[in-house]
Amino acid sequence: MSSIAQKKGFGATLWDYLTTVDHKKIAVMYLIAGGLFFVIGGIEAMLIRIQLAKPDNDFVSAGLFNEIITMHGTTMIFLAAMPLLFAFMNAVMPLQIGARDVAFPFLNSLGFWLFLFGGVFLNLSWFMGGAPDAGWTSYASLSLASPGHGIDFYAIGLQIAGAGTYIAGINFLVTIINMRAPGMTYMRMPLMTWTTFVASALILFAFPPLTIGLFFLILDRMFGGNFFDHTMGGNTIIWEHLFWIFGHPEVYILILPAFGIFSEIFAIFARKRLFGYSSMVFATVLIGFLGFMVWAHHMFTVGLGPTANAIFAVATMAIAVPTGMKIFNWLLTIWGGSIKVTTPMLYALGFIPSFVAGGVTGVMQGAAPLDYQLHDSYFIVAHFHYVIVGGVVLAILAALHLWWPLMFNQMLSETLGKWTFWFFFIGFHLTFFIQHFLGLMGMPRRVFTFGANQGWDLFNLISSIGAIFMAIGVVILVVNIIITVVKNVPVGNDPWGDGRTLEWAIPQPVPFYNFKQTPLVRGLDTFWIEKQEGNKEGMTYAEPISDIHMPNNSFVPFVMTLGLFIAGFGALYNGEKDWAVPVLVLGLAITFASMAVRSIKDDHGYHIHKEDLMNEKGGK
Amino acid sequence: MNTTMKEGFDLAMMKGLKKWRLFSLLAALTIFLSGCGEEYLSTLTPAGQVGRDQFNLLLLASAIMTLVVIVVVIIYVVAIVKFRRKKVGENVIPKQVEGSHTLEVIWTVIPILLLIVLAIPTVIYTYKHADVSAMDHVDADGNKTAVTVNVTAKLYWWEFEYPDLGVVTAQELVVPTGEKVYFNLKAADVKHSFWIPAAGGKLDTNVENVNQFYLEFDNESAGLKDGVFYGKCAELCGPSHALMDFKVKTLNRDDFNAWVESAKTTEAVADGDLATQGEEIFNTSCIACHATSAAGTAGGVGPNLAAFGDRNRVAGFMEHSEENLKNWINDPQKYKPGNLMPQPEQLNNGEKFSEEQLDALAEYLMGLSIEK
Repeated sequence: MSSIAQKKGFGATLWDYLTTVDHKKIAVMYLIAGGLFFVIGGIEAMLIRIQLAKPDNDFVSAGLFNEIITMHGTTMIFLAAMPLLFAFMNAVMPLQIGARDVAFPFLNSLGFWLFLFGGVFLNLSWFMGGAPDAGWTSYASLSLASPGHGIDFYAIGLQIAGAGTYIAGINFLVTIINMRAPGMTYMRMPLMTWTTFVASALILFAFPPLTIGLFFLILDRMFGGNFFDHTMGGNTIIWEHLFWIFGHPEVYILILPAFGIFSEIFAIFARKRLFGYSSMVFATVLIGFLGFMVWAHHMFTVGLGPTANAIFAVATMAIAVPTGMKIFNWLLTIWGGSIKVTTPMLYALGFIPSFVAGGVTGVMQGAAPLDYQLHDSYFIVAHFHYVIVGGVVLAILAALHLWWPLMFNQMLSETLGKWTFWFFFIGFHLTFFIQHFLGLMGMPRRVFTFGANQGWDLFNLISSIGAIFMAIGVVILVVNIIITVVKNVPVGNDPWGDGRTLEWAIPQPVPFYNFKQTPLVRGLDTFWIEKQEGNKEGMTYAEPISDIHMPNNSFVPFVMTLGLFIAGFGALYNGEKDWAVPVLVLGLAITFASMAVRSIKDDHGYHIHKEDLMNEKGGK
Repeated sequence: MNTTMKEGFDLAMMKGLKKWRLFSLLAALTIFLSGCGEEYLSTLTPAGQVGRDQFNLLLLASAIMTLVVIVVVIIYVVAIVKFRRKKVGENVIPKQVEGSHTLEVIWTVIPILLLIVLAIPTVIYTYKHADVSAMDHVDADGNKTAVTVNVTAKLYWWEFEYPDLGVVTAQELVVPTGEKVYFNLKAADVKHSFWIPAAGGKLDTNVENVNQFYLEFDNESAGLKDGVFYGKCAELCGPSHALMDFKVKTLNRDDFNAWVESAKTTEAVADGDLATQGEEIFNTSCIACHATSAAGTAGGVGPNLAAFGDRNRVAGFMEHSEENLKNWINDPQKYKPGNLMPQPEQLNNGEKFSEEQLDALAEYLMGLSIEK
């Protein structure tokens, strides 16, 4: 495979990424695409805070404001947070379990392209008559009444992106079940792998309700379906149920991998085994399970009746127990350890108080009668930003610093990393802490403006100033990334010095086949065990060097997705433009044809021969 | 558990216990929180029993949660201070502790107990605040004993009908103090949510069903800054969601009865030449949607204007001045984007109303009152 090592031109590199099925390259693409959407969502957030910096502001109009908040929420959840987590799952999980790739490399590629095309489709709405404007929850009566095509972009875009997420989830599940190296029992899996596993199981069960809901919405808006039109026997509350049966587990799909990331970081930088590993695993599974039992707490004010509200209130409070277990286990992990405050550790330490604050306000909102006051006020805005920014985003930023050396064989600047942290962290609390009080003081959420002298002026201004700090933090991060990439100083494996799991044992840059020989796992924190026993290579092997079977690259996933993307426009303009139906048919034809190609054409992959492997010392 | 950990824990627990004085905490919280916000709008200054119950639940939940936060913070700070690598030594490998069953049991059982403390009042209040059984009670004469208001939320205004009293009004809810007031809530177009923060939590107005709950008001609103409580729409309902405010006037029972009587009997009268001129314009351009008599039932296309002169705001959110009223009539889309009131061109032969016409209309509308 000496040809791989040669320096490639831009065109060849581009083609390589368009067709790659390598989990490491797909991880990089998730990282770049997710990062771009994160910046777009961040700009939308800044527009929101500029508009609300002072009362009676007219920086953006009422209608545009609703488009911005809708796209901010949708982008951040579906197109930034999830893909960025997928980037780390893809980059890290197969290496952690000692696998050569995920179970279905082709599907991995397909999943990425579906997400990207779905996200692009959704964002094209800005240039094609206006973005969706019914909130990221898109409640049915408003989303059916919304003029223009914004909601259609939302429904079709999320349907395409959602299919990608679903495929990725199945792929991770099968990978973790089937592709663990010898000795990697379930109870030896690193927490990042465990949380990927549970989050993927949640995706498996949570995305179908969303898919159904979105199909109903598409049928209602584009094909006269009447599922939600109450004048035709439909019911809008059904949408709320479908959305939240998906939407609540979605929160755990985001936060569980964040827990996994922090579990790795606490153990590495406290130089200590994760405290209460088995109870951490148990808590993860329990949170995942309970996550499906509480969706109606988003609907306490819908008028469900006291018995339903009481049951869902108590169930919601119950989730605090396993979450509390996790917090205390993390605290006891650093307790008695040897804490080194690197940038990832700084994020992890910042996460604890932030997430505890978000968690306790969650319990408060679980108390249904209290939630009648808090629901749809700025209190809830503060709460979910505390868990999503204080939990998920801090985890993503931590993971970026932690695993950058693993993904790129370079180290992000620690100094700039800490600057980013402090700006982002202080800005975050400045922006959102005060919003709890705005909510308690009667300010509803999703308001494009507010009248002066209702007692909200000063707090809104402070909140907007905080947002500027967060933006500065992100700008420093971008600078940091650019400098690091330009400098391109290789750091080798285990650059933090205290890596505990298999991904740190593998030589850098990671060979495209990952492990030359499949490792033998001898316990939890297998790399740590090998290092403690003085094994210089960091791995014990389960097999002699032999031929490795590899999948071929494929352009089919890209084309398959392109077909759906084209079909989306056909569905969207159905009944309005003459070309709509032909385009719909054409798009679907492309997709089905590429499916046929995939099914009919035999693709057995290729083998890397033993002799070639012997000559190679890692490297690409 | 190794000894260092145990020592540290005992230390942490002692500090924790010293700091934890639930009552002083509650008292401090109450004072701190009620300092926040405006009396006519804040959930922290409850105006009646429902809001008070919910505020008490907030205090209880906050106290429990503060306790949890304090415990976490103490362990956290001590751990960070004590176990930094600089202190521990660069090459020290800490003992690789697996876990502790005792600790696991402690931090499972204690949170469960704390949550039970919170869950009990939660369940009790959930049933209490949903209890509308007294809504249909009648006295010996067969009259309803409680006031019921049918609220219809529309883009972007509120209609309030008193079905047992034969009165309908809009934008300003008038209710008696010192008793439970019952609400039937529904939306006419898209979903909204009915929220009077000072009085209690919100309840959605759905398009397909009627939701019911009750609120209570202790005192008359006359003493408040604007003489009214503020009400808000709490569910995103379109571009002007933020402007879908309403006001609540609370009167003692006698004043309320007088208001009802007046509302039923008052006829719209134009007082003076200018107002009469305004009435004529109104009767050609506006009356198809806006009623000027409060006696009647719900279902108005536009807000009932019988009490317009008594109101606190123009279009629900603008200061109640003739200037604002004239601006509003001549360009409603500018002030409340997406609302359903026709632009003046549609009503006035393709032209904006002239300054004279506007003066006349404003004079007439500002004269409409049932409180005089």
